[in-house]
Amino acid sequence: MMRAGVAIVIVLAALLPAPWLLHSDFWLNFAIMALYYGFLGQAWNILGGFGGQFSFGHAAFFGTGAYTSAVLQLRLGVDPWLCLVFAGILGGAVGALVGALSFRYGLRGSYFALVTLAFAEVFRILADSVEFTGAGVGLQVPLRQSAANFQFPDKAGFYFVILGLTALGLAIAWWLENSRLGARLVAVRENEDAARALGVNVFRTKVIAITLSGALMGLGGTFYVQYFLYIDPTIAYGPAVSVSALLVPIVGGLGTVFGPLLGAFALQWVNQFAQLAMGNAIGLNLVLYGVILVLMIMYMPNGLFGLARVSARRLVRRPA
Amino acid sequence: MDQLSILLPAILNGVTTGAVYALVALGLTLIYGVLHIINFAHGSLLMVALYGVYFLYALFGIDPYLAFPIIVPLMFALGYGLQRYVIGRAGHGKDENIMLVTLGLSIIIENLALFFWTSNTRTINTSYGFSTVDFGVAFIAVPKVVAFVGAVIIAGLLWLVMQRTDLGKAIRALAKEPRGAQLVGISAPHVYAMSFGIGIACLGAAACLLLPSYYASPQIGHAFVLIAFTIVVLGGMGSFGGALLGGLIIGVTESLGGLFLGESLGKIGIFLIFIAVLLLRPTGLFGQRA
Repeated sequence: MMRAGVAIVIVLAALLPAPWLLHSDFWLNFAIMALYYGFLGQAWNILGGFGGQFSFGHAAFFGTGAYTSAVLQLRLGVDPWLCLVFAGILGGAVGALVGALSFRYGLRGSYFALVTLAFAEVFRILADSVEFTGAGVGLQVPLRQSAANFQFPDKAGFYFVILGLTALGLAIAWWLENSRLGARLVAVRENEDAARALGVNVFRTKVIAITLSGALMGLGGTFYVQYFLYIDPTIAYGPAVSVSALLVPIVGGLGTVFGPLLGAFALQWVNQFAQLAMGNAIGLNLVLYGVILVLMIMYMPNGLFGLARVSARRLVRRPA
Repeated sequence: MDQLSILLPAILNGVTTGAVYALVALGLTLIYGVLHIINFAHGSLLMVALYGVYFLYALFGIDPYLAFPIIVPLMFALGYGLQRYVIGRAGHGKDENIMLVTLGLSIIIENLALFFWTSNTRTINTSYGFSTVDFGVAFIAVPKVVAFVGAVIIAGLLWLVMQRTDLGKAIRALAKEPRGAQLVGISAPHVYAMSFGIGIACLGAAACLLLPSYYASPQIGHAFVLIAFTIVVLGGMGSFGGALLGGLIIGVTESLGGLFLGESLGKIGIFLIFIAVLLLRPTGLFGQRA
């Protein structure tokens, strides 16, 4: 139990000096994107991995966070760092709303996946149609580089922010593994009826999980906006974010603390090699993602982390 | 009366569009009813069929309606193969896995299309493309009328196959009582793949009926997939009559939504219906169970 906590500290400490070791912006960007996807994956993992509720529409929370940041900054001049907080709150609120509605009416499995997909689509159409989100044109955050403005002149600043968010994600996952809430969540995943019979408040547990998950996605949305300084309805609410968020923990290992991080780095490498091998051909890296998704489910349903755990167990058992 | 002269054509248009939606949804509801999986690759497979029809026309000059006997068997074979050799194998008997595999397939198919065929939309010009039929209250394009009639005929044929043939009986037996069906000698992998194949063959038919009044593009599946899901959920998962009626309702909703709320915001009506049905009555209009 404490071992995982120690492992988190070790991993974070190992990741901390990257900006001083990686001298190229290219590799620092690589690490930032890996951590960023790992963070989104961790957010999805809280609900999908620990709770077994597969959402196909996490973009709804991500996009809400991203638009919260962009709109508050542009329209009301709110401090970008404060926007991060609001994005988390609103992302969580949308999560709570979607969760309360769908879990209240007992949607599970494919029905839940469908309704989340539809929610994301509703948000996409809204963002595409109303004026204050910039409609189809999107919103551009003006370039004013300074740390106080959450726009760092060099990539190292962004790296530390996303590392901080990663730490937050890992801490929450670790807490879930060791808390009553986490135990209840896993019980709901394994057998909802049995969990209810044992006195677990299934509805409450699932809503808390989706709220947490949505809040983290919202934070991820803010990070995206500050890093790329641009957001439009397809980036915010399109299926690409939802798919990345679920692919990362599936590749890494569902319902594990380190699975999303592992999966994100693995996928980032794959992505990099794909770009080297095939050039920047439109769509081909996504083809590869699809192939990986299918192959993982076919041959490695427990993910990379599951594989590592099985071989570790074998190693331990062998002497006995 | 002015109101009516705008409303009636919109409703009529919605009904014809809805019939084609229904055709797309029929395949989806068949697959769900038998295999109890949601085929997230449905939209991208429709897109493949649309391109098939397009290329038959563009390269060989085969009229979309005459492409029927080529596209439908090809789509059937594609569906059969996908279920038997990819989806069925990857499932490990878990619904979540199957869901994810079909999602993965849709990503693969869509982006391959984007790569090979670029994101250009492609249309065809047929001699009858712009002719209309006068219904007294409105003029409706000929392709839309053909699509409506075609969709109703195919839905009827599908119903006959399910009710009257041995295959239909085997499919229904497997849907109701998988273990019992296998005990009396029904080969589950084969019949599952047949059902999936028939569902995908419906997409081939839909593509032939659609293309004269529509277009093909790699992302076209998105537009249809959520609509088809909505119809299936609205009509009741696994119900043919429900899919047909649901298709018409959604077609009219979309048409009226576009009329009152504008092109972009008008689509929101469909998704709101979808969410409302999922939440309030997940069994749909004709569904037996949740």
